[in-house]
Amino acid sequence: MTSHVLVEVAGKIPEPLLRAQSVAGKFFLMFFAIALFAVVFGLVLFLASLFKGRTGEKFQGVLFVGPAIVLLAFGLMYPAILTIIQSFRGKTGEGSFSTENYVQMFTQPELLLVLRNTAIWVILVPFIATGVGLLYAILIDRARGEAFSKALIFLPMAISMVGASIIWKFVYQYKQTSRPQIGLLNAILKALGFETQQFLINAPLNTFMLIIVMVWIQAGFAMTVLSAAIKAIPDEIIEAAKLDGVQAFKMFRFITLPSIRPALVVVITTIGIGTLKVFDIVRTMTGGQFDTSVVANEFYNQSFRFDAGGLGAALAVLLFVLVIPIVIYNILQMRKEA
Amino acid sequence: MALNSKRRILALTGVLAVALTATACGSSDDGGGSDSASSGTSSIDCAPYKAFGDLKGKTVSVYTSITAPEDAPHQASYKPFVDCTGVTIKYEGSKEFEAQLPVRVKGGNAPDIAYVPQPGLLKTLVATGAVKEAPPEVVANVEKNMPDWKQYGEVDGKFYAAPLGANVKSFVWYSPQMFKDKGYEVPKTWAELLALSDKIVADNPSGDVKPWCAGIESGDATGWPATDWIEDIMLRTAGPETYDKWVKHEIPFNDPAVATALAEAGKILKNPKYVNGGFGDVKTIASTSFQDAGLQILEGTCYMHRQASFYAANWTEGTKVGPDGDVWAFYLPSVDASSKPVLTAGELTTAFADRPEVKAFQTYLASTEWANERAKTCGSGGCVTANKNADPNLLTNAVDKLSAEILTDKSATTRFDGSDLMPGAVGAGTFWKGMTNWITGTDDKATLDYIEQSWPKS
Repeated sequence: MTSHVLVEVAGKIPEPLLRAQSVAGKFFLMFFAIALFAVVFGLVLFLASLFKGRTGEKFQGVLFVGPAIVLLAFGLMYPAILTIIQSFRGKTGEGSFSTENYVQMFTQPELLLVLRNTAIWVILVPFIATGVGLLYAILIDRARGEAFSKALIFLPMAISMVGASIIWKFVYQYKQTSRPQIGLLNAILKALGFETQQFLINAPLNTFMLIIVMVWIQAGFAMTVLSAAIKAIPDEIIEAAKLDGVQAFKMFRFITLPSIRPALVVVITTIGIGTLKVFDIVRTMTGGQFDTSVVANEFYNQSFRFDAGGLGAALAVLLFVLVIPIVIYNILQMRKEA
Repeated sequence: MALNSKRRILALTGVLAVALTATACGSSDDGGGSDSASSGTSSIDCAPYKAFGDLKGKTVSVYTSITAPEDAPHQASYKPFVDCTGVTIKYEGSKEFEAQLPVRVKGGNAPDIAYVPQPGLLKTLVATGAVKEAPPEVVANVEKNMPDWKQYGEVDGKFYAAPLGANVKSFVWYSPQMFKDKGYEVPKTWAELLALSDKIVADNPSGDVKPWCAGIESGDATGWPATDWIEDIMLRTAGPETYDKWVKHEIPFNDPAVATALAEAGKILKNPKYVNGGFGDVKTIASTSFQDAGLQILEGTCYMHRQASFYAANWTEGTKVGPDGDVWAFYLPSVDASSKPVLTAGELTTAFADRPEVKAFQTYLASTEWANERAKTCGSGGCVTANKNADPNLLTNAVDKLSAEILTDKSATTRFDGSDLMPGAVGAGTFWKGMTNWITGTDDKATLDYIEQSWPKS
């Protein structure tokens, strides 16, 4: 019923606003969206200016927060609640109430493997990426050509996950040992006299090969933030420690590390959340085949390919539940600092 | 008024056309209008479509998995209909078709017509209530032109979707020259096929050249070429009746009959002596794209590649496809000469709207006129249709001709691709995944048990 009305209404909207298939249409749609944003913003400012005084301030606050809350409610809360409901309604998400999906998730060997893989990702990526970033930041701190060295490791951040995955897929490319190699890694193996390897097929090695890609991308982010934090350590403290005769390792353990702790927490949690949601790398490089699937990838497959919307929703809810503690920890840490 | 201005435009285009030819522009596009000689398209009898009323200025949106470079020839085949009715066909191809279509249907944004390649997906779509039953005009065309294929467009006794394109999957690609050089004969029975494979192994003791090359990597759809192997062999070892039961799940997926077929497939696909020419060991089948796999025949590192008729469009440019060309295909032999099972596949014209212009277009797509037009405007092959009344002489591509011959062969028993008929969760999910894991090491029993337990219970 409602969809019929929607289609009727949609039929009356001019083409560019509906689908924007031509180039001009796309530009028109962009400017229309910007104009709409300006109008709404102007309206809020205008309305806010009507209220004055102490009680007026409260109205102003509501007016400013209002649009954001409305958008969050429709764009985030509403679908989130729908997803949770769907996850309790059987495999397709349309049946009656059941916890079947959650039982499946924690009993089916195939899905358990997905959970195991996600666990490996979440444990390894944040710590390795942060570790590499930190080590690099310390090594190049105040060294010659610091900016250049930083740029080198930061560059992967500028590449999209899919782009990075395609690059690494070439690096891991397999050819028989007797044939000319086009994959960098196998070319090295061959040059050293080893047999070439099928890095993306041999489990569980393949999951680690995928993790390397994520570390490669994230280490730059960790390095940048941590390097800035290191530079923010007051010179007096370092000088004082030096006068006390502190050696390099102790300097790191007792001066640097405590000073950059807040930054470390932010970096680890940010990368952790990003890793939980990892999808692009797995989908591009193995498609979740060969025992490499992770929760986000499985959620996509179940929902959109296997007609198991309910199970997909349950996986999405699991992701959501796993992210929450990290976010809360992050917020608590930030509050402590403030 | 309207007539008047139309005439004026016609006159104007006429003058323009003359002017263009006079300046020797040589452009041969449809300046004159209905003149069939100019672009190779033919004028058809417009009466069946006029019956739907005045459709001028109406639009029909089409959503399909047929993308570039195969999309342009497909659209070219609509021209006679467009000329007749003045309907605009809005064509949209997507490689994510199977994942996106259900989303669009659920979101109330369904296209007017979708070419669904899987009867299993059609069933899922019908269950949403969004699919419209085929109008009587389409039913009449289907009963006249493709009675054998009608069942694939049916769900619970109601007829929804008319078959569109058709392809033959039971082909083995090979190089006639390589066979001639070594004195190999095209095998006529399954035993001969295995004997030939053994002979090739014996003739190439170094192992650099192998009898078979195979690849099942296909992005999201990785694994499907392996399911075709099993289906083809099921038809041969278990017979069409058992095949039908298997597809409908009247026998379990891990039935002994399926196990036999899988074991037979394993004799080739999991035999390190037979595969994977040019790529490496058995496991490389999983990471080699099905497009790349057969190309090793041109390199001379493998002799045979089992793949459907549409693989014809996949050979590198300049490769001559034909009985005397660089590559050619033979029918994947049956157990003996007494039977000739053929595995086929195709698209189904599924409608989500029942406006007159949509019905008219559906009727056209189910007509012999369309099938002939498709053959005439064919690009690089893959233009066979399910229509048995189409003129096979119009097909230009050698493989298309061979496919049409096999499809209309009275002694052949054709069956639709089983994985496409199964529920999506199996046919486009666990069956693909199971076969991929089978290639990379899972044993026969575990593979079949895994797929069996995933079959939707309802």
